[in-house]
Amino acid sequence: MAEIRVENLHKTFGDVVAVRDSTFTVPNGDFFCLLGPSGCGKTTTLRMVAGLELPTSGRILLGGDDVTFKPAAQRDIAFVFQLFALYPHMNVFSNIAYPLRCQGTPKGEIKGRVEEAARTLRISHLLPRSVSGLSSGDRQRVALGRAIVRKPLAFMLDEPLGALDAEMREVMCGELRALHDRLHATTVYVTHDQIEAMSMADTIAIMRDGIVEQLGPPQELYDRPATMYVADFIGSPPMNFIPFRGALAPGDRSLRIGPAVVEVPEAREGTAETDLVLGARPEDVQLSASAALRAEVIEAEYLGTTQIVTLSTAQGTRLKARTRSEITVRPGESTGLTFRPDKLSVFDKSSGRALRSALHEGAPRG
Amino acid sequence: MAEVVLDGVSKRFGHIQAVADLTLRVAEGEILVLLGPTGAGKTTTLRLVAGLERPDAGTVRMGDRDITLEPPSSRDVAFVFQQYSLYPHMTVFENLAFPLRSPARRVPEPQVRARVQEIAELLHIEDKLTKRATQLSGGQMQRVAIGRALVRSPSIYLMDEPLSSLDAKLRAEMRVELKRIQRELGATILYVTHDQTEAMTMASTIGVIDRGCLVQLGSPREIYEDPVNTHVAARLGSPSVNLVPRGLFPHVPAPDQTVTIGARTEHVIIKKSTNGSAHGRVKWIEHLGDQSHLHVTVADTDVVTLGDPDSGLAVGDEVAIDMVKPLFFDAGGERVRTS
Repeated sequence: MAEIRVENLHKTFGDVVAVRDSTFTVPNGDFFCLLGPSGCGKTTTLRMVAGLELPTSGRILLGGDDVTFKPAAQRDIAFVFQLFALYPHMNVFSNIAYPLRCQGTPKGEIKGRVEEAARTLRISHLLPRSVSGLSSGDRQRVALGRAIVRKPLAFMLDEPLGALDAEMREVMCGELRALHDRLHATTVYVTHDQIEAMSMADTIAIMRDGIVEQLGPPQELYDRPATMYVADFIGSPPMNFIPFRGALAPGDRSLRIGPAVVEVPEAREGTAETDLVLGARPEDVQLSASAALRAEVIEAEYLGTTQIVTLSTAQGTRLKARTRSEITVRPGESTGLTFRPDKLSVFDKSSGRALRSALHEGAPRG
Repeated sequence: MAEVVLDGVSKRFGHIQAVADLTLRVAEGEILVLLGPTGAGKTTTLRLVAGLERPDAGTVRMGDRDITLEPPSSRDVAFVFQQYSLYPHMTVFENLAFPLRSPARRVPEPQVRARVQEIAELLHIEDKLTKRATQLSGGQMQRVAIGRALVRSPSIYLMDEPLSSLDAKLRAEMRVELKRIQRELGATILYVTHDQTEAMTMASTIGVIDRGCLVQLGSPREIYEDPVNTHVAARLGSPSVNLVPRGLFPHVPAPDQTVTIGARTEHVIIKKSTNGSAHGRVKWIEHLGDQSHLHVTVADTDVVTLGDPDSGLAVGDEVAIDMVKPLFFDAGGERVRTS
């Protein structure tokens, strides 16, 4: 197992810049997610680390070795694709054994290693079966088996759950994380699904237009998004944005939105009057009949313990609040809004950047 | 609009019983959501109402009219399919107007225009009317497909997973939109999905269906809080309910027949154990932002609880487990009621 270091990695296809000067480190044993929408450069980054694509410039270090221009076969990295490419004419055992046979591993050793991989993935009972009769979940388990049997330095997974239905995806998320906890293998995982990334990753790198926009543990990104893009990409429903015009001075602990005074984490930087945006997670929005900031209830969606209430403010901003489902709200009724003060972010509207504050400069939470 | 009633309807394909003795009433103005896994008989039920399949037994009534043997065209239903199939060579306006311009209906042209305009505004696509269908995003295309059903005012709308081809964000938006439109039109909708969030958030009534049989019918809250068996309990709630052997928690008082205890994640209370009375150990903490899922190992079983991100619990901590409002199930998975 090994650390992966990416330095000033840059890749262009014709005049399209796919990856722009990326630098990051995946610590040894980390479950690292590259998260972003399609076309953000996450798969290109992964393919360069694996050696399936050569960078235009920059370096890739695998366990300290410069592998930038080494062919994929010499990198000792296992790759799992979205579409599990299994050999349909081979049974499960032969599919998992295939990479070892290619390496010329002795027969006796192959048997032991395949059985061990199958045990790890809890698919021992499937070994003699043909792959064509397997469920999609089991096929992906076999594809994973083929990756782990080699005991590579690192795993690259490219949307491995993308072809599964929602229920199976949730099951496989749990299994993949459990597998990681048993093997402690350095893993780079590409996905556009923030829930997958949030639930599995030790570290998430959110990409946009070829650039890593923010990198950190899931909770850190959720609580302290550096930009509106990150705030919007993570969380379901995403962070609410309430635009307003105002100025801010270092030390300020409140701001004015229309008729309401909203308490916020102490500002650590100021700005002259400009277009600002208040960011509040749905669970930090509270309904309070008498509050000065007025809104109309559009819809309430029951989710069991909680409900998502969609609201429209007097200024026409759509918001979502997550509240306990015992609170009764009716579409069309008027209510007031308050916010949990210590969890709010303030963004500069034109750059999308979060202004520094007591929240954003607080010590990262373990 | 009219109520639609299925009475003892069965349908078999070869040796597969797709729908078994199904009795169901969709009241006027409600959204009834049939929730079940693939192969449960949801789509067959819709097709039986639409007249695309003929039942082996039972009757289908619309208002006080028996429509069991009527052809689809005379049934006055509108169907929205999972895959939006728009006419690519037509504009959005022409796609929306299509059902009204059908020779069978002969709606006067000024009326067609007015109705299309009205529906387009309802769906917030009034500025897209002159675009070709192929120039739209996926979400817009699905709105047009839904709009094409809405331009008519049938007795009932039948919707077969209409949101499943959209991405998560769009799906969440369209859920709210569809519900708003339904309320504004007072429409009667029979909606099928395998997505429990859609069912919980949109339904007036949920029918949980499994292997062709209706297992439970009730409001989302009734189904969530008071499931009749382990299947229904497991079908709703995310993360899913913990179903653990009774023997794992001898300290929880339970009726004699109890074999399985069901506890929703929010009903499992864990506390850091300091006096050696631990039941389990924290195996993994899943951070989801607004809340955390704590996976606790009890003997060989994984129990998932909801935790505040600020709870201070860490992987490896020994914890004591308590349950609030546990559900009890017998050996057959049926609910054992305590009072």
